[in-house]
Amino acid sequence: MAERTPTQTPATVASPDPAAPPPRRRRRMKDLRKQPGFDTMAWFCLFCLYAPIAVLVVFSFNDNRSVVRWTEFSLRWYRAAFENDGIRHATWISLQVAFVAMVFATTFATMAALATTRVRAFKGQTLTYAVINQPLMVPEIVTAVSTLAFFVLIKQVTGLNGIGFLMLAHTVFCIPFAYMPIRARLEDMNLTLEQAAADLYGTPFQVFRTVTLPLMAPGIVAGAMLAFVVSLDDVIITLLVGGPGETTLPVYIFGQIRRGITPEINAVSTVLLGLSALLVSIFFLIGNKRK
Amino acid sequence: MTDVTPQTATDARLAEARRQTMGAARRRRWQLLSPALLIIGLFGLFPLTITLVYSFLSPGSYGGVRWEFSTDAYVQFLFDRDIFDDTLSFSATYLNIFARSIGLALGATIGSLIIGFPTAYFIASKPANQRNLWLFLITLPFWVNLLIRTYAILLIIRDEGIINLSLIWTGLIDQPIGILYTDTAIFIGLIYSYLPFMVLPLYASLEKLDFRLVEAAYDLYASRLQVLRHVIVPMAKPGIVAGCILVFIPALGAYITPDLLGGGKQLMIGNLIALQFGGSRNWPFGAAAALILMVVVMVSLTVYVRYSGKEGNGRG
Amino acid sequence: MTQKRTMAATLAAAVTLAGTAWGEGELNIYNWGNYTNPELIEKFEKEFDVKVNLDDYDSNEIMLAKVREGSSGYDIVVPSGYTVPIMIEQDLLAEVKPNEMENFGNVDPRWVDVYWDPGRNYTVPWLWGTTAFTVDTEVYDGDINTLALMFEPPQELSGRINMLNDMPEVINAALRYRGYERCNSNTDELRDVTELLMNAKQHWRTMDYATIEKLTSNDVDLSQTWNGAAMRAREQRPTLQYAYPKEGFAGWMDNAAVLKDAPNMENAKSFMNFMMAPENAALNSNFARYASGISGSEEFMIEELLDAPEIIIPEGAPEPDFVEPCAQEVTDLYNRIWTKLKQ
Repeated sequence: MAERTPTQTPATVASPDPAAPPPRRRRRMKDLRKQPGFDTMAWFCLFCLYAPIAVLVVFSFNDNRSVVRWTEFSLRWYRAAFENDGIRHATWISLQVAFVAMVFATTFATMAALATTRVRAFKGQTLTYAVINQPLMVPEIVTAVSTLAFFVLIKQVTGLNGIGFLMLAHTVFCIPFAYMPIRARLEDMNLTLEQAAADLYGTPFQVFRTVTLPLMAPGIVAGAMLAFVVSLDDVIITLLVGGPGETTLPVYIFGQIRRGITPEINAVSTVLLGLSALLVSIFFLIGNKRK
Repeated sequence: MTDVTPQTATDARLAEARRQTMGAARRRRWQLLSPALLIIGLFGLFPLTITLVYSFLSPGSYGGVRWEFSTDAYVQFLFDRDIFDDTLSFSATYLNIFARSIGLALGATIGSLIIGFPTAYFIASKPANQRNLWLFLITLPFWVNLLIRTYAILLIIRDEGIINLSLIWTGLIDQPIGILYTDTAIFIGLIYSYLPFMVLPLYASLEKLDFRLVEAAYDLYASRLQVLRHVIVPMAKPGIVAGCILVFIPALGAYITPDLLGGGKQLMIGNLIALQFGGSRNWPFGAAAALILMVVVMVSLTVYVRYSGKEGNGRG
Repeated sequence: MTQKRTMAATLAAAVTLAGTAWGEGELNIYNWGNYTNPELIEKFEKEFDVKVNLDDYDSNEIMLAKVREGSSGYDIVVPSGYTVPIMIEQDLLAEVKPNEMENFGNVDPRWVDVYWDPGRNYTVPWLWGTTAFTVDTEVYDGDINTLALMFEPPQELSGRINMLNDMPEVINAALRYRGYERCNSNTDELRDVTELLMNAKQHWRTMDYATIEKLTSNDVDLSQTWNGAAMRAREQRPTLQYAYPKEGFAGWMDNAAVLKDAPNMENAKSFMNFMMAPENAALNSNFARYASGISGSEEFMIEELLDAPEIIIPEGAPEPDFVEPCAQEVTDLYNRIWTKLKQ
């Protein structure tokens, strides 16, 4: 085990945050963690990420029809968006598809990551990586055109149709996005803990649930979030694969480009942002209370 | 590489046990892999096969393909059948488009790494119960559709946008600096679009960083830079590899951002390919260009992963 | 692995479950984005007691790619004129004989014998318009009715121009400017046009479909655009004026058509007839700011449309040029010019 450093004992892997060290030491630790300029860069990054979002939120309250020029404050686009069946429907479809794609893609990716990391090199390993990451490599339009051809074939043979096909297509291209962070997490993480648990007569399932899964959790969370946003942003594949009544929000917006995008979209985006922020705050509060 | 080499008696015993269960392990591995492989194999590789087939056919009238074998699509990529006298001559048109796109994607990857690494590190060094919240803060802006986010960036960097107005107001400049509709704007837009693809994998591997190692390094009189180079970065390597892949490849195929922020006067690979399936009605060429792009990506990935792997081994 | 099996079962269930009721009492329309008045849909739903699903596309090519494969589930599509013959040739449209329908008498005779569907056996007019350009008359106060403003612009417009990111529109405009035929494969003429475009490109700031945003944000002072979009832009930037270039400009018409494999054929036919009623056609005009091609719809139009300079083509302006689809060889030539231009 060339890379394994002697200090990396099972205990340190289990708790990267050493439990309650004496206060004085803790102070020193905190300083040691810092790298010059890193905090500034992180705050700068957050600022950059949110500056356009702030502009967008402000413009959602703009009275003007234009999405690029400010006139005066108004709630008219919120009302318009709320009354617009097309937008409401599209938003709902988007969320449904993204959620289903996220759940399946993350599950499959987690399983695949478990099978491909921390194992002896096996026959077909490189090929396996290539296959899992394949949806990343093909330009979207090409995937879209060929997936459409394939789905039509299936529809004609089986007589099935519906939004499941769209969800399936999204699941496929979300898998590599979920797989990468999970794999990055697992790689270089040694098996000592699992072996210890097995030595203590834990069944494979117990070992997985109480040891492996908690260790992987940050990777899984990161992967799931990526899968979700990737699905939420997709245009071309949805445009071609989606059936009647399956317009997602991005497709709806895309269709508006030539005839002018209305600020209703800003209003919907703001509502979505607010909703997700609310949801997550609730989860966060519940989670903290439980602890 | 990450396998456990028997070193102690316990390990030896374990290794023995593992040898016995090798068959079972192999079965389990394929069981775990099968859903992902099956679904991608079916819905990913089949389309790929279609693409390969299309690239060797002739364009159908008004889109689609005609079932006639032809290598024209590949010839067209490198050689220009002169518009005017029908002679074949080497043409760098498509190569230029590829080179430009690769350059921009590479720039965006490096840019996101420079911004994303400190951010991921910052999150990883937060108390455990706060980290998911920070992660969420990074992904929240991406609940807004790409097109809309891009419009918002456009509002900020245009001539009468916030950046220029505030620079003029502070007296630093008296004429707006033209950022919008330049390569700089594309570059900013690409980094913005793909930043979480860098931060999340980086975070996933930095999160397990054992800060005692950092402390140990300081005890051995390492400078902060040395700690960064010899302790933190090597530990984050898998995350760096994953992040760079996740930014580079989508950035290479991007075309909404480049079109909106770059002004659409120059084609990127993504536009070129999409155009073939749209207005140009030359599906075989689109398929061929897509395959060439894939080969470029695969080759650079192999080189990249092998190179970064080697470095990892060398250090150990 | 029970886990895996459950997963597969769930996925299969999701696919099956979604066999949503396409069948009786529905109509699935596939149209350009932001191009269908929601009031029109509501009215049709009420009158015929059907549920309408409306989805959007952003180009004829995307619609064609999707519909060509079959089993798209859509009943009504709205292809532009030049796409209609392609769809008829590929046997994608149902010959529903709008010309025998009750409301056919309302169709303006001008739009009956059109090249894309002589006698109207397949399609009914949706909306029609022109593609030229609009320019801020405060920035440029000379004669605006010439394509020279796009291809050899005066000083004050140089670097302030947006062109459509659209191969046929840009190349056809250049051909008109030089006085050459459209769908041209004459090499000397194309060489000349290539040179013209390459020289003109330095004066262009952007090439983008989002013309309204480009104009209203003051990013550009001239934009190649459609007349309805020009009208929308003028509402926010009153100094804009839509040009009718003396060298000619493009005309287009989008047409409602029924797909051959339409699951709701009867509803689709009712919709075709419904669209030829003046009051319904006017609803679309009011929403999208284009003329409808249905006589008598003026009565129901909003006032801004009736005297809009973007809609009423002035005396002395050339006839709008409805370009037929070019042969593949010509498209290939256009392609190379376009790629050269945009490399």
